[in-house]
Amino acid sequence: MKISFLRSVGHLLLIIAVVSASLTLPSCTQKPTAEAHLPYLGEPEVVASAGGAAPDTVPYTVPSFTLTNQDSQTITNQTFAGKVYVTDFFFATCPSICPKMQSELLRVYEQFKGNPKVLFLSHTIDPAHDSIPVLRDYAERLGIKDASRWHFATAPHDTIFALARAYMTAAQVDKGVVGGYAHSGTFALIDSHRRIRGLYDGMEKAEVDRLIKELPELLKEEANAQATAAK
Amino acid sequence: MTYRLLTVSKLGAAGLVLGLTLAASLSGCFTERRNEGAQLYATHCANCHGEQGQGLKRLIPPVAASSYVAEHRTELPCLIRQGMRGEVVVNGVAYNQVMPGHDDLTDSQITNLLNFVQQNWGNKNQPYTIREASELLGHCNGSDGQ
Repeated sequence: MKISFLRSVGHLLLIIAVVSASLTLPSCTQKPTAEAHLPYLGEPEVVASAGGAAPDTVPYTVPSFTLTNQDSQTITNQTFAGKVYVTDFFFATCPSICPKMQSELLRVYEQFKGNPKVLFLSHTIDPAHDSIPVLRDYAERLGIKDASRWHFATAPHDTIFALARAYMTAAQVDKGVVGGYAHSGTFALIDSHRRIRGLYDGMEKAEVDRLIKELPELLKEEANAQATAAK
Repeated sequence: MTYRLLTVSKLGAAGLVLGLTLAASLSGCFTERRNEGAQLYATHCANCHGEQGQGLKRLIPPVAASSYVAEHRTELPCLIRQGMRGEVVVNGVAYNQVMPGHDDLTDSQITNLLNFVQQNWGNKNQPYTIREASELLGHCNGSDGQ
């Protein structure tokens, strides 16, 4: 008797708990879901937690790099600290996809050229030909006068190709292809913590439109994170 | 004259497409070759020269309303066949890029491609016959006789 009474009280409490949770939860959960969050792309890294707790995973990050841009300036990850950037791989004499790809990236640049938080980084995959004067000429012909906003960068061949893999862009030497290199026209969007937040086919207008739409979402997220950190 | 009028407006283009569909469904006399030039342009040229022939800044010269297309008419078949490199001035702007050649196109395809360019986007130049294009291609040993 006593037990069944306690049980029914327990049931009642459970019901109250469920009902009140369902009433209060929507107001709690709506806030985070209302802000669309761009994904973290790439294989996450598993790291051991302190104190023997379950291991944690952290999003994939772009490795450290040292490149030289069209103004002969050294650029590293530090150049992009506190910024978001869009990156791609091209070469100056590329007769197949590059002009289309770079004209699409130019479209993104035109949209965000007033915002110094957004930078652009194009890597040459033909460093043997694309010397710094060649890169400078290419940038100027494309109408890019400010190297600090859109870097056209070079590095030793192996460095570039390792970076292409790191940014999830396929690039390889292929003598069977016009121009001598096979590569995809992928644009990668990187946040201020070196994480890849979007990959877009630079040959597809709809994909580039998606980048133009998602970039402000990332900027908003960065601004919010900064505001929270400042508190 | 009527051809030119048709190509200058989008309405005309829509009418042309409609007419072609009708003609094709009626007799099958007109094949896809009728707009082969436009298709070849989209496949082989548009990535660099732009979907409307506009070029790209000072990197890639335009073929739309292009002084070069008008002034170098007789050299164009060989230019398509062999490609080009080095400086070229188009509409007063100097360009310097590599253009690949096209061994994969027949003489008649080059003819249709060039006629599309010569008659569109503000170009109003004399079209080529296949025979003339083959003859011009002979200057660079580029004719395949097809």
